Amino acid sequence: MLVEKYKDRIEKTLGKYPDKRSAVMPVLYMAQQEYGHLTPQAMQEVADICEMSVTQVKSIAGFYTMYFEKPKGKFHLQVCTDLPCALRGADHFYAALKAYLGIDEGEVTGDGLFSVEHVMCLAACDQAPAMQINFSYCTGLDIEKAKAIIEAIRTTGEYKP
Amino acid sequence: MSHILLRDLDLADIGKLDVYVANGGYEGLKKAVAMPPGAVIDVVKASGLRGRGGAGFPTGVKWGFIPQDNPVNYVVVNADESEPGTFKDRQLLTGNPHQVIEGALIGAYAVRARAVYIYCRGEFWDLAHRLDARIEEARAAGFVGENILGSGWSCEVYTHLGAGAYICGEESALLNSLQGLLGQPRLRPPFPAQKGGGLYYEPTVVNNVETLANVPYILANGADAYRKFGTEQSPGVKIFCVSGHAERPGNYELPLGTTFRELIYEHAGGVRGGKQLKGILTAGVSAPILPATDAVLDTPLTYEDVLNAGSSLGSASIILLDETVNMAWAALKMVRFFKHESCGKCTPCREGCYWMLQLLERLNRGGGAPGDVDLLDEVAAQMIGKCLCALGDFALNPARGTIQHFRADYDALFEAAGEVEAEVETEPVSEPVGV
Repeated sequence: MLVEKYKDRIEKTLGKYPDKRSAVMPVLYMAQQEYGHLTPQAMQEVADICEMSVTQVKSIAGFYTMYFEKPKGKFHLQVCTDLPCALRGADHFYAALKAYLGIDEGEVTGDGLFSVEHVMCLAACDQAPAMQINFSYCTGLDIEKAKAIIEAIRTTGEYKP
Repeated sequence: MSHILLRDLDLADIGKLDVYVANGGYEGLKKAVAMPPGAVIDVVKASGLRGRGGAGFPTGVKWGFIPQDNPVNYVVVNADESEPGTFKDRQLLTGNPHQVIEGALIGAYAVRARAVYIYCRGEFWDLAHRLDARIEEARAAGFVGENILGSGWSCEVYTHLGAGAYICGEESALLNSLQGLLGQPRLRPPFPAQKGGGLYYEPTVVNNVETLANVPYILANGADAYRKFGTEQSPGVKIFCVSGHAERPGNYELPLGTTFRELIYEHAGGVRGGKQLKGILTAGVSAPILPATDAVLDTPLTYEDVLNAGSSLGSASIILLDETVNMAWAALKMVRFFKHESCGKCTPCREGCYWMLQLLERLNRGGGAPGDVDLLDEVAAQMIGKCLCALGDFALNPARGTIQHFRADYDALFEAAGEVEAEVETEPVSEPVGV
């Protein structure tokens, strides 16, 4: 249960706002961290903590792109394909990345390690092509660099920026 | 010249509190708390500082709207930097975070706010956590918390993370998001500065990160020193984000009034590969594209001059497009962004973005009907001024701007349909119909 495992973090978060409902976004992140994605159980716990109905919590989770209601890979690769990145090869990079991993959007590699998604601008347009591996920025990419990063993750089981 | 905002380029460690303080940091806040709040607002008004998030509204005037006698006021820092082509706030908050915190605190003192919330886009997760540590440093030094610098005024500073929604950069949607409501815009009035319109419905100042980063310099050195840079109507310095087909993409801090030509060819190294510049986007994807004519290149980068040239300075996110780009493809890219980011509240924006994308996808596939370009222009025109927030008006600019200036690129789609089809095959498929 989040209330027990994340007791201190939840209390600190609730203390930031005059209203419990304001904590719904940070508590959703905690739930996602704990369960990998937002399961019905996770949403119910968030609702109880923030004193909201589970329907209200689901509407918030559904509105934003960074809350996941389906499992993702342990390393979720989010590639920007917006105009500034596309002008510097992001579409070709993204296609090559998917081909290398052998997955399409919404799929997870067989080992559970990787999933991919094209995302909107990451505010790293000066270092395009760019992606985030979970929350870490990875910039100035080409497919060879990305392959090296992927293989390093496969070998070590972790991503070191 | 040394930088006023991007001081991390002059002093790599300026992000550390001791280095920041040793180089004049928090002097602006010290000066501010020794003055009556109204006098701080007067200094910022006199500086002529205008909002750097895009609207260009005078910052001091905005602060002056807050009722000083209201017991609970707030300052919200808009760090939801999500406009394609914009990456200045990320550098400021990474490289020179205390200057943003100090600027926010000066604003909070000026409007007697009891708390500052820094709303960071969700992707700034690491950045926001580092910012939390910087805030704690500032607290330990007496700049945040109870009785700040012995002034009798107390103020907390918190970070809050969004979760991937461009609309939350719109101030009323941002306030809803902070309150745990859907991040959709509010009907105005009441405006955020008014009772009933702000955070928790209390009077609230919402300022962009870069706007606030200017404030410590203005307080420490005075309005006249700040006005030495820029023009009468657009005083001061601005960070210009240059991306796309630039030889050296990056953030360039320059006085407002610098021309496009100087920014692009002297600072950003010109166009990559020595190619010909074709179009310039000035405010990310939100303002109409300008053709790269001599008249445009000689235009000074000020709020007033870019407006007169037919676009908007906005957040000064300059995206360069060279001669190889078909502007109908660029429009497709931009409209796909707005289609994804339209929050769905207002029908003209939600449906308009959907139909513009349908038309642009068909045109770019080479399957367009002869009347499609006029229909696209008409759909875009129907969205003008019909939505609760500016996103609806921004979203029509990619189509209208490219049709106005680069109609021949649309015609080329009909002539070379097969060739273009091959080019767009690698595009990610469009997202399913929105929220």
